[in-house]
Amino acid sequence: MSNIPTDLRYAATHEWVRSEGDGVFTVGISEHAQGLLGDMVFVELPDVGDAVTTGDDVCVAESVKAASDVYTPITGEVIEVNADLEDSPELVNSDPYGEGWMFKIKAEDPAEVESLLDAEGYENSIDEE
Amino acid sequence: MSNTTALHAKHLEAGAKMVDFFGWDMPINYGSQIEEHHAVRQDAGMFDVSHMTIVDAKGPQAKAYLQYLLANDVAKLKDKGKALYSGMLNEEGGVVDDLIVYHFDETNYRLVVNSATREKDMDWLLSKAEGFDVTINERSEFAMIAVQGPNAKEKAATLFSAAQKEAVTGMKPFFGVQAEDLFIATTGYTGEAGYEIMVPTAQAASFWQSLLDTGVKPCGLGARDTLRLEAGMNLYGQDMDETISPLAANMGWTITWEPADRDFVGRKALEALRETGTDKLVGLVMTEKGVLRHGLKVKTDSGEGVITSGTFSPTLGHSIAMARVPSNVGDTVEVEMRKKWVTVKVVKPSFVRNGKSVL
Repeated sequence: MSNIPTDLRYAATHEWVRSEGDGVFTVGISEHAQGLLGDMVFVELPDVGDAVTTGDDVCVAESVKAASDVYTPITGEVIEVNADLEDSPELVNSDPYGEGWMFKIKAEDPAEVESLLDAEGYENSIDEE
Repeated sequence: MSNTTALHAKHLEAGAKMVDFFGWDMPINYGSQIEEHHAVRQDAGMFDVSHMTIVDAKGPQAKAYLQYLLANDVAKLKDKGKALYSGMLNEEGGVVDDLIVYHFDETNYRLVVNSATREKDMDWLLSKAEGFDVTINERSEFAMIAVQGPNAKEKAATLFSAAQKEAVTGMKPFFGVQAEDLFIATTGYTGEAGYEIMVPTAQAASFWQSLLDTGVKPCGLGARDTLRLEAGMNLYGQDMDETISPLAANMGWTITWEPADRDFVGRKALEALRETGTDKLVGLVMTEKGVLRHGLKVKTDSGEGVITSGTFSPTLGHSIAMARVPSNVGDTVEVEMRKKWVTVKVVKPSFVRNGKSVL
């Protein structure tokens, strides 16, 4: 069974969100998603300062198998990206919830996170696939 | 219900991710496809290729039969055990399949053909045998393991008996020898040294385990594909098929035109195609981010083409591909990548050999 930490929130499109306080949220893709994609070879990140709206495709995660869009689960401004993924995209595979994070966002409305799936809801959404 | 090889339980035991491969339940990787790829380039990896079809052709007219069946000429094979790569063509000059044929003597040959086309191939082999005094026998009692990489031969040899070690001593590339219970061949699909070993199915699992114990890394179909593409080797069904002639698939070197009176299936059509000209298969190299993939459209100054195989090359760290394009293609082409046209370099379709870039 896939690892789905209970302290995170999730989008049905396989992104996870961690609250860092002050309306800042870290975003990455789930262990389940990296498993489906296989070995990551490139990650195209958004630019710091980008204003993004929930559902925008803001990253491309390209694996040996396919190129996959990553959507922002929250509206706001990109304030940091994980530059380590430039040289080490495999961090998304080896540590999807840690060193494999993709970008940080300053939410326009921090309460938006409450509308995302919790771990149980995400697990159910995977099971339905 | 899918087919399984004699090593199926070993794959499951190793936690392999399994996929359907033309009716066979096969490992795509055992964790990381890229690590498996590097193991073959830098050390030693092994592949279960038991799904491939082994066929023996024996009889007084075995040689004449194969001279008719294949575009390459088995008359070139003089030494016992010498192997030859060839296409077998239809009357239109399209490739029914590509295969390796081992020569033991003029009445005794062994063919290894693709698994994806097993039934079609068997029908073809049998129908073309009509009128020849030759017997065609599938040898499904063997499993086949490819052990590949710079240290592959040395590691595999630790499993060999004294007689088997002696049989492979000094064996050049592209030879095969039956040594006691094993058929050991210096062939492969990776661009590295190594063996392809046919082993009776009953012993296959223990043989695989012994290779594991000597530190040979199990590798799945994912790594097999990136390795063969780096080596510039064609994949049947992708880089060529029944509608594509060897001339348009970088297989011109496998056609033996002389003697001109050797009649082989597809010869007339090939001669006509040689006159009129065909598209050709080239290599593409893209050093920017992104991955060239099968099916992408290619634009050249003299018309359109298509990517037949594309991947990220783990050895080179960027994307490579094979593409079928008009024969007078220039030094660069344009490829449509995620709605943008990107300029990529045209090269000979060979990228990595013996662990090193040949670009």
